[in-house]
Amino acid sequence: MTMELDVFVGNTTIIDEEVYQLWLDGFSVADAVKMRLENGALGECEVSGEVLHSDTMDQYRTFQMCERLLHCPSKLANQLLFQIPAHHQAMLIERYYEFDHMFAREVLGKKLSKGTKKDLDDISSKTGIALKSCRRQFDNFKRVFKVVEELKGPLAENVQHHFLLSDLLAKDYAAVVFFANSRFETGKKKLQYLSFQDFAFCACQLISYWTVGAVDNMMDDMDVDLEKEFLHDLKDLKVLVNDKDMLDQHKSLVCSQLRGRIRVFTEMEANFKNLSRALINIASKLTNTKDVRDLFIDLVEKFIEPCRSDKWTAGDLTLFLTHYTSTASTLETYRYQVIWERYMGVVKSCILKMYHD
Amino acid sequence: MPGKLKAKIVAGRHLPVMDRASDLTDAFVEVKFGNTTFKTDVYPKSLNPQWNSEWFKFEVDDEDLQDEPLQITVLDHDTYSANDAIGKVYIDIDPLLSSEAATVISGWFPIYDTIHGIRGEINVLVKVDLFNDLNRFRQSSCGVKFFCTTSIPRCYRAVMVHGFVEELVVNEDPEYQWIDRIRTPRASNEARQRLISLMSGELQRKIGLKVLEMGGNAVVGYLQCFDLEGESGLVVRAIGTACTLDKISNTYAPASAINPCNSSPSKDTKDSPQAVPSALGCRSTHSSPVHSASSRLSQGFSVSVPTLLFAGMKHRHRSSEGPRARQCRAGFGEEAPGVPLSSGPPTPLRAQTFSSFSPSKSYSRQSSSSDTELSLTPKTGMGSGGSAGKEAGPLKALLRQQTQSALEQREFPFFTLTSFPAGFLLHVGGVVSARSVKLLDRIHNPALGNTRSYKLLDWNSFTADEPETRDAWWEEIRQEIKSHAKALGCHAVVGYSESTSICEEVCILSASGTAAVLSSRFMQDGALDMDHRLSRQQAPVFTSGTEKGEGDMGSSASLGFEDLAPPGCGFCHIPYDELNMPFPAQLTYCHCCRRFKVPDVLFTTIDLPTEANVTGKGCLIQARLCRTKKKAQGEGNATAISNLLPFLEYELHTQLMNKLKLRSMNALFGLRIQISIGENMLLGLASATGVYLTPLPSPGGIQIAGKTPSDITYEQHISNMQKKINDTIAKNKELYEVNPPKLFTLDPEAFRCINTELVEEVIGSPIPEPRQRSRLFRSHSESSDEVSELDLSHGKKDAFVLEIDDTDAVEDIHSLLTDAPTPPGFYSCNTEIMPGIYNWTSALQMFTSVRVFRLSNVNLTNQGLNKVFNDLCENLLKSLYFKLRSMVPCCLCHLNFTVAVPEDELIQVAVTAVAMSFDKEQTLENGRQSCDKTLMKAITENEEQLQFPLELTAESSSNPLSSAKGLSEVSGALPSARAPSVDYSSFTDRCSSWIEQLRLKAHTIRRGSIKTMSSLEKASPLPEGRSRSLRSNRSYAGGSVAVVKMTPLSFIPGTKIIKYLGIINMFFIRETTSLREEGGVSGFLHSFIAEVFAMVRAHVAALGGNAVVSYSMKECVFMENPNKNQAQCLINVSGDAVIFVRESELEATPPQPQSASTQTSSSGEGT
Repeated sequence: MTMELDVFVGNTTIIDEEVYQLWLDGFSVADAVKMRLENGALGECEVSGEVLHSDTMDQYRTFQMCERLLHCPSKLANQLLFQIPAHHQAMLIERYYEFDHMFAREVLGKKLSKGTKKDLDDISSKTGIALKSCRRQFDNFKRVFKVVEELKGPLAENVQHHFLLSDLLAKDYAAVVFFANSRFETGKKKLQYLSFQDFAFCACQLISYWTVGAVDNMMDDMDVDLEKEFLHDLKDLKVLVNDKDMLDQHKSLVCSQLRGRIRVFTEMEANFKNLSRALINIASKLTNTKDVRDLFIDLVEKFIEPCRSDKWTAGDLTLFLTHYTSTASTLETYRYQVIWERYMGVVKSCILKMYHD
Repeated sequence: MPGKLKAKIVAGRHLPVMDRASDLTDAFVEVKFGNTTFKTDVYPKSLNPQWNSEWFKFEVDDEDLQDEPLQITVLDHDTYSANDAIGKVYIDIDPLLSSEAATVISGWFPIYDTIHGIRGEINVLVKVDLFNDLNRFRQSSCGVKFFCTTSIPRCYRAVMVHGFVEELVVNEDPEYQWIDRIRTPRASNEARQRLISLMSGELQRKIGLKVLEMGGNAVVGYLQCFDLEGESGLVVRAIGTACTLDKISNTYAPASAINPCNSSPSKDTKDSPQAVPSALGCRSTHSSPVHSASSRLSQGFSVSVPTLLFAGMKHRHRSSEGPRARQCRAGFGEEAPGVPLSSGPPTPLRAQTFSSFSPSKSYSRQSSSSDTELSLTPKTGMGSGGSAGKEAGPLKALLRQQTQSALEQREFPFFTLTSFPAGFLLHVGGVVSARSVKLLDRIHNPALGNTRSYKLLDWNSFTADEPETRDAWWEEIRQEIKSHAKALGCHAVVGYSESTSICEEVCILSASGTAAVLSSRFMQDGALDMDHRLSRQQAPVFTSGTEKGEGDMGSSASLGFEDLAPPGCGFCHIPYDELNMPFPAQLTYCHCCRRFKVPDVLFTTIDLPTEANVTGKGCLIQARLCRTKKKAQGEGNATAISNLLPFLEYELHTQLMNKLKLRSMNALFGLRIQISIGENMLLGLASATGVYLTPLPSPGGIQIAGKTPSDITYEQHISNMQKKINDTIAKNKELYEVNPPKLFTLDPEAFRCINTELVEEVIGSPIPEPRQRSRLFRSHSESSDEVSELDLSHGKKDAFVLEIDDTDAVEDIHSLLTDAPTPPGFYSCNTEIMPGIYNWTSALQMFTSVRVFRLSNVNLTNQGLNKVFNDLCENLLKSLYFKLRSMVPCCLCHLNFTVAVPEDELIQVAVTAVAMSFDKEQTLENGRQSCDKTLMKAITENEEQLQFPLELTAESSSNPLSSAKGLSEVSGALPSARAPSVDYSSFTDRCSSWIEQLRLKAHTIRRGSIKTMSSLEKASPLPEGRSRSLRSNRSYAGGSVAVVKMTPLSFIPGTKIIKYLGIINMFFIRETTSLREEGGVSGFLHSFIAEVFAMVRAHVAALGGNAVVSYSMKECVFMENPNKNQAQCLINVSGDAVIFVRESELEATPPQPQSASTQTSSSGEGT
């Protein structure tokens, strides 16, 4: 004796947010029922597992049917199949596109290809996120990437426009897309301590200041790629370390500013040339795609690690970078102020974001 | 050439990818109407094509406009192979044909494919230019409005209610044609969809013609069903109530209330003289031989009904029941329990002892045959009693004659309406129902062979033969219903509906309704508009408020009618003769007015009248029953079924009665008994809304009596059970707030004492002697005890006794106690509204839930089956409560259960209902109750002046001649403005003029009292209106797709319907050959139902509407073959497309007088 068929369809589609989350998290119906029973969040109405099972099944089916529409969120608003109130529509979309930062961290900078998809079970077992959920998140990345890849205009806005996401989520997606496009190296062991949020912040900085769209805000800009011209111009910064006079002058200016203001002054003084060289070298190499990819590992290896081994505090670092940037502009013979500030502004905030344990 | 249909294809969107290579589609559209087809250009390589076509014009007859749908096919152009169909849209043009409905159809329609479901959308514009055609011989009935709503639609006034209209058309089912073997499933499904669309168009047109003939302009309570008879064809049938409706305009003058009564009769006589008698909803004056014949039939019938009711059921394979379970007991309570089915013979004998007046021989066609005869008479073609053989000849002839006469249809004073304008419904007798088991004729019936092959060639040319057979079947049943009503002293049947259940070649036809006495006012008086009673307080005070309003406006004509009793209790007063009761019943004086007799329980199929005095809240009461049946073929099967039917009905009634008692209630509304047949079982499901009607006596408790008093453990068992039952009753009383108000009962305290005493007594001595108990459900007393039993029980408040010596009773009690109470915050009913809840918010959720249960254990006993079925329904309800928990406090209204046995071991239950939440604050209600009481007091006072012998008014003529006489009186009286009260005489031949005067006088007095009442009441509705409007502001509106609300009710709380756009009647087939891929049967059906909703919403939106009211899912036939990975489902839905505005919005737009009045009270328009 079995229930052969059991459906419930409302004129207004009923959506239980709790069940939706369970579905998104990739739980099977049986597991979801168990969780719901355990949660006891069902309030005063005592219900049997049977009722819960039937309800969960219905909800899961609804979500499965909605999923097709969620792949193109703008369709959800003008499809006729489900009558879903606007606030629920927004919730459905937002939650569907929300992702685990743990997961995102894993695929960040990787090519969003079938190959990566095959590795999802590893990621799943590593992060403890259900494979189903991983697949959904990965597919979301891929889908968003595919749509906005070729679009002109601001990246986050494009994402928001096409996928009807909240500001925050759209920005995160912009980061994911940006990383995937430039294929930044994030997987190295030394980078493991960095969270998705760290990278997302850096991506945001890069998008805002280093891309074509950053300089002139015309609609035919591309936000996904770094501005070639700018990267090329960065080579000119080399003068700052190659010209001995300038290097010394720069050092003395910085030192005079920081004397007594940072704890690690002696270490800084001793290390100044190395640190400066590191930053300038990174800049000058960025014309190379390979080196662009290594931007973050370079920053960590060449700059952050030395500082860390000298036990700089974040405050020290802030002061140093601020004055390091500003004093260079005051150098008389230095002609690249605009490029310099565009470069250092981003590098400074990235380093500060990345400077933690 | 009276019409030009114009269609324009604008664009498409979300089309499916048809070309895998490019991931795009080269779409074009074919627009077809009748035999004309137009095509758009191909819009290459796009999933969102913009055709922006020219206007395609079709010049067609309006007849075709009514019958045919506009057929839009979207195709993918393919250069090398055949074009692939993407899907279709059928658009019913009918709403455009009525000047008052929609003017243009414009919007996005889902493109539907029977195999793939919805595949994208298409934007279409459709218009119709109608040329006026006054051809008297026309076959079309453009302009007749159809409403599914079973009350007078909200923005209309009923000028006249003409009466019953019915029609049916028959055709070959394309699924069973030879061609089906060679064509694709898609082609077959589409042929079927198209055919049904055509047939329902034709049906509607034909009904429209009848309405025009009667002088009406609308059909209210239009109920269309189709019977899939398999090989023997496809029947589409419809019933409805013809009315003349007047749109209520803002410039509505009171004069128009009087106007129609003068104008319409004259119009009728001019147009079609026959319309006048039919308009009365009773027997016509025409003394054609046909009529005398039919009246003779029904006459013979009616006299013996009291006993026939149940005896007849067995022997004629046609069951019918009186209003109450009591009657069952009287009828054949004796042999019901243990006696095997074969012991039929005693019944007629017993029946005859009761039927003092008519020996069973007098009605030739029903009683003569027995089951054995049936099985011996071969080839009767009908399972309906062996009488078929004998009666077939004369009956057929008779019927043919009858069909010739257009009048024949109107012989039935039936009304498909379930709620009525105030003052329309005078008395309610009880439920009348009739069932008939028929054997569908086989396709290889040589007599029909020729016509069939002819029909294969042309579906549209129907031979007269087939519909006639079906017509005859229904005719029989209707006659029977009519005679039952007569036996109850009623001249009309309200809340009338018909249904069928088909299994293989056996078909049960059922009809049921509520016998009633109606005010004759409706025939000519104009003031029958329905108020917004449902959307707001339907307290009696409010309705009287309306009357008061009318009175104030000086439309005295509208007040000319008089119901002889106060509105709150009048309808409960027995219409039949007290001394000559059609069945034994316990009568008491009405607890409201104390003037008239009322029965102890009242069962009806209608909605709770707005003015009814109800104590507490109501609740859904269901009786569920499952009976095994041996597999059989043909007539054997029919016999077996008809043998089982009476038992099934008896049991259902017993259950209903017990459950009613358990909830301390005394009346059932909206009773719907569905009996479904399967190969090896019969399912019975009776649903109704139980209420405590204040005028009726308080029900006694339930007592359990053991048969074998010796065993001590047994006694304990019994007393335990008794205790449980008593506890449940007490709990239920609290839950439903059922406390008989002291004001209305003479001795409420004493009354209660009696009750408790009784209960205590039982607890104390668990085995009362059954003989002393007046009523034994399963008593083994002799039939001769009947009289003394009656005497004993008369006037006493007594408990029901359940003897539990047999397993059946144990089962009964079990099922009584296993009904889980509704969770807190929930109420449920199957009527339009829930008594006791008035402050609805606008939160609304219509839903459909379907479950199919497989009985894997083949050898189930009746009890086992019962339990399974009971659990299935209970669990379904539980699930619903759980799913809708976010809406608490809320009420599930119009819970409509449909059961079916789609296959051997499958039970299918489908539910459609609406959940409506309400504000918890009951302060308003308290105010109402106090008002109620004062009103009642006032009414009671008035009633004193109203008293006159009951039998004068209530005694209905069983003689058609007398009613004919009454009728002629009426037609004579028509011109007089005071006619309404005079009209009543048509139904009471002994009514004399002094009564009229008395009534008139009484009415004026009552009116005075009402005035004070409504002024009292005025305070309360305002704050409620406000709170509701606040809510509605909060509710979501907007989005790029217009929100379309759907509800099975005729209203949407907190809103006002400003326009009816036309009827929605859609039929869809969905089939899949990849069941697993679509998520199994559940996934398949889930998406199909969602698609159906989507298509209904799209059509409504395209008509410019924002809601569907009176929505119902008429049919949901699901078939699966999991082994082949296939499934098929047919769904038929209907409803009325409307435009509503929120009352809060109405408030904002000031100068509408009516809306303003609706705001403040339910009196609304019409004043």
